[in-house]
Amino acid sequence: MSVPFYVAPEQLVRDKAEFARKGIAKGRSIVAVDYADGVLLLAENPSTALHKISEVYDRIAFAGVGKYNEFETLRKAGIRQADLMGYLYSRHDVTAMGLATAFAQTLGMIFTRDPKPYEVEILIAEISEDGDEHRLYRVTYDGTLLDERKFVAIGGKSDELTEALDELWAEDMSLQEAFQAGAEAFRRAEGRESEGWEVAVLDESNGRRAFRRIDPTEFESQ
Amino acid sequence: MTPRPMGPLPLDVPVPGSSFTDLLDAVGAGPALTIPENAQIPVVPEGTTVLAMRFEGGVVIAGDRRATEGHLVAHRRIQKVFEADRYSAVAIAGTAGLAIDMVRLFQVELEHYEKIEGVRLSLEGKASFLARLVRSQLPMAFQGLVVVPLFAGYDELEATGRVYTYDVVGGRYEEIEFGSTGSGSRLAKAYLRTAYRPDLTSDEAAQLAVRALVSASQEDTATGGPDLTRGILPNVMTIDSDGLRELADDVIMPFAEEAVETIR
Repeated sequence: MSVPFYVAPEQLVRDKAEFARKGIAKGRSIVAVDYADGVLLLAENPSTALHKISEVYDRIAFAGVGKYNEFETLRKAGIRQADLMGYLYSRHDVTAMGLATAFAQTLGMIFTRDPKPYEVEILIAEISEDGDEHRLYRVTYDGTLLDERKFVAIGGKSDELTEALDELWAEDMSLQEAFQAGAEAFRRAEGRESEGWEVAVLDESNGRRAFRRIDPTEFESQ
Repeated sequence: MTPRPMGPLPLDVPVPGSSFTDLLDAVGAGPALTIPENAQIPVVPEGTTVLAMRFEGGVVIAGDRRATEGHLVAHRRIQKVFEADRYSAVAIAGTAGLAIDMVRLFQVELEHYEKIEGVRLSLEGKASFLARLVRSQLPMAFQGLVVVPLFAGYDELEATGRVYTYDVVGGRYEEIEFGSTGSGSRLAKAYLRTAYRPDLTSDEAAQLAVRALVSASQEDTATGGPDLTRGILPNVMTIDSDGLRELADDVIMPFAEEAVETIR
């Protein structure tokens, strides 16, 4: 029987993290921006067929960057979990916090246990029922869970986007202003024009299911 | 509200396709639907008359509010017409407890499919799935716990309203004019047969639906007529290209008053 080479745990984690970060950096980033009536999710996505943003539950949306098949697996697992909880208990028992924790645990387990970590970053947004600040969560490839307010960016350019949004974000923006702020942040972070937007909102006015996709040309015509 | 912590997502269990019902079965939470053969079936609440009819560019679906236990009134303001999704509704007759649960599962199923796949099921797809749910109740139906739904919706592909009726074994039938199920359904259909026109407007169809229910309530004791003093009115929903709309009580009230006045 052959004895496997000893690799120091620090080295192993560093290698895996570097591998995952490289994979994520290849993809395009996503931002979520809190505005007056809800949360805007904005992704640079030239494809109109493959979505990066999707509805998970009544007031909860999901967005993923990185390897499509990997975040798609997580997205579907999240929807299954949410619908199961809501059916077995009550629709109020499904929360973004619970889902984000589940995603974090899942990604954390994969990172330590599997030979190849997932090359993804996940964003969970939830609009609050009581008019409080909306909740934004970011889950990284190793299962780190971050609780953000006002705006959040994921993907290879997340630091640059966060920096730009720090300047651009304002209290009680309209949907149009929020889109403009998000688009401008991308312009600054990427240093070029976008190749196509995927836009969706979580908005109270949409009824029980707050998620709605928006055609980005709606903003450009205004 | 305290967030409920969830465990890691079960990525490696054999997950089914896009069906929520299959998912429930896979995790062992599916409804267990067998009762011993010699079991005594207790008297349980039963829903009575519901109906649906097509009008130009859409469909209306309505139901009375009574549930009975044998000869007794079990509930006088039960809801028997439910939104299934944005473009369809389901109404129920038969064992209320099982039927309401079936509707709940059906609602989650449609939404789950839409979220996973990114598109809605076709209207026919929804109708077929409902037939499968009815058939899964077959062992119960043989023991007297019958659930018979009525399904109506707007077909986005063909731009028209459609009505589907079912039988106990899960048979699915598309009705070209109107359909009704429950104890007062024959009376309601007899009324509709003389009054129905295919060129009804949405409002006329809603009014006709209320009249047919009132007509049924005159001879079928299990069907509750409008109770104007208590303000108990039938549930009426219309569905067209703009989606589903539930009529408010103040819209139904004049219809009910008129129907109670004229139908003898």
